[in-house]
Amino acid sequence: MSEGTLYDKVWDRHTVTTLPTGQDQLFVGLHLIHEVTSPQAFGMLRERDLEVAFPKLTHATVDHIVPTADQSRPYEEDAAEEMMSELEKNVRDAGIDFSDPTSGDQGIVHVIGPEQGLTQPGKTIVCGDSHTSTHGAFGALAFGIGTSQIRDVLATGTVAMEKQKVRKIQVDGELGEGVEAKDIILEIIRRLGTEGGVGYVYEYAGEAIENLGMEGRMSICNMSIEGGARAGYVNPDETTYEWLERTDYFQDNPEKFDELKPYWESIRSDDDAEYDDVVTIDASELEPVVTWGTTPGQGVGVTEPIPAPEDLPEEKQDTARRAQEHMGVEPGETMAGYDIDVAFLGSCTNARLPDLRGAAEIVEGRQVDDDVRALVVPGSQRVQRAAEEEGLKAIFEDAGFEWRNAGCSMCLGMNEDQLEGDEASASSSNRNFVGRQGSKDGRTVLMNPQMVAAAAVTGEVTDVRELKEVQTA
Amino acid sequence: MKVVTFDGLGEFAFFDLRFDDDDNQKDHPMNEDRFQDSSVMVVNSNFGCGSSREHAPQALMRWGIDAIIGESFAEIFAGNCLALGIPTVTADSETIEELQAWVDENPDEKLEIDVEAETVTYGDTTIDVTVDDAQRKALVEGVWDTTALMKSNAGEVRKKAEELPYVPESAIPEAE
Repeated sequence: MSEGTLYDKVWDRHTVTTLPTGQDQLFVGLHLIHEVTSPQAFGMLRERDLEVAFPKLTHATVDHIVPTADQSRPYEEDAAEEMMSELEKNVRDAGIDFSDPTSGDQGIVHVIGPEQGLTQPGKTIVCGDSHTSTHGAFGALAFGIGTSQIRDVLATGTVAMEKQKVRKIQVDGELGEGVEAKDIILEIIRRLGTEGGVGYVYEYAGEAIENLGMEGRMSICNMSIEGGARAGYVNPDETTYEWLERTDYFQDNPEKFDELKPYWESIRSDDDAEYDDVVTIDASELEPVVTWGTTPGQGVGVTEPIPAPEDLPEEKQDTARRAQEHMGVEPGETMAGYDIDVAFLGSCTNARLPDLRGAAEIVEGRQVDDDVRALVVPGSQRVQRAAEEEGLKAIFEDAGFEWRNAGCSMCLGMNEDQLEGDEASASSSNRNFVGRQGSKDGRTVLMNPQMVAAAAVTGEVTDVRELKEVQTA
Repeated sequence: MKVVTFDGLGEFAFFDLRFDDDDNQKDHPMNEDRFQDSSVMVVNSNFGCGSSREHAPQALMRWGIDAIIGESFAEIFAGNCLALGIPTVTADSETIEELQAWVDENPDEKLEIDVEAETVTYGDTTIDVTVDDAQRKALVEGVWDTTALMKSNAGEVRKKAEELPYVPESAIPEAE
């Protein structure tokens, strides 16, 4: 069993008691809710005549179904309007703060929490969304929960959980040009598999992680779940504290910053902490990673050949064959040159300001390919405003991208943004499952945001480093 | 996924047996005034057969049912009841018929189910009933319902909130 890790310390600090089921009852420091997974839980609460135990430790936003084009009310889709109305009523009744679209603070739940300083080191953070692991970038213990657990958290401020093992993923070396945090996590999932993290929490450490800004750390922690780990985290450091100091919460409560810093320092993993497993990766060897299949673990360097199913471990061969058939790719070829129809720059993985900046650099002075539909969906209204102010919107629009309002959008196709037929999408999102982007025949190629920009302007999967060479030449 | 609530399922309990095609009430105990406040059902054999989804016990629970006594239950139905904290206790057919006759004559009288002791007491009579071992343990120890279980530790939860340095005092509600 692990000992002295951030996970152990935060877990212990939040354990209320051990339940007769053997699970621990954990105090929840921040409960984030959104329109899709909370309404049933509120319904269950009402029917048992229970109130929200800690409304001030709960925060709501709307992201999954919110239209990113026309946001006038009522929303065009009835189900979307119904969910939104339900959420509005629930938060009003319970006295829960709501970053709604009129607030200027709305956005994807995993973008707005960190923006507002709600996400802090040493907190336990839950949300009815599997990408809640994102918040681990700040040294929080953050994980997704199901509807009955949402009910538990609303009613009691706690959740019943079993403790997991801790795997340290040591990422040494420096990232090369055009290679991003996204490539690190795609590489981790490719090596360890989509189930490799089941039963584990991932601690990301090492030079390459320390050198990342908070946004890059969030991209990595975000996809922990795609590798099977329910949570992933990075120990808090000066980069974390600089971010926190600028957030609303600590701007409004500057004394809290000095007050809490010793706590944040205290929950860092000890130098001699014990881990259940350690994996080492050399970041300097990485090139941009793209997926060739229908799971995030089916990735390959953009210049590397797509593997032949028979060269893979036996248990992975069938899914690889089906995936290659669905995607229409051939073993031995590279993904570079794979035609795309849609370029999607968005999602809780990669829709923050540096993601948009990096993509805009590639797009500037170029045009979206004639056969490509390209859209930018900023992660939040704040990202959107900041990007507009620094001229990114103009760059994208001049190049032929659509510039949208904040939301989950085409990452999961719950609003009107969906793939059609067998369209292929170059996507900065996190899941390439069949049907994920709204069409059962749709094809998704996951990649970093600069790579999405490169694909948008060339009409095919492209090694972004080649475009950078042209730019600097 | 685009469903907002389970509310309102109660009025659909036994809908086809309680109402005809034109929504007129049919002859059914759940339509009788004298049983409107009832919380225990006494049923016969293989009750719940054909309902593998949670909707059936959900509807009964919403109608007001807290416990069911019967000759036998469909296994999946009983499991779903347990998930909602509804005991499904059994007795032989003769005992059940006597109990049903008593309920019919005494609709306003109380009836007590002791899950731990496996007895049902009504009037001056106490009968032995059977409660499945796992069900008895879950209900007696309260581990079927994490919400209730964790709610019962509210005092310790408050204490934990007070101990954590990042939880503002203003975020901790007054004790109930």
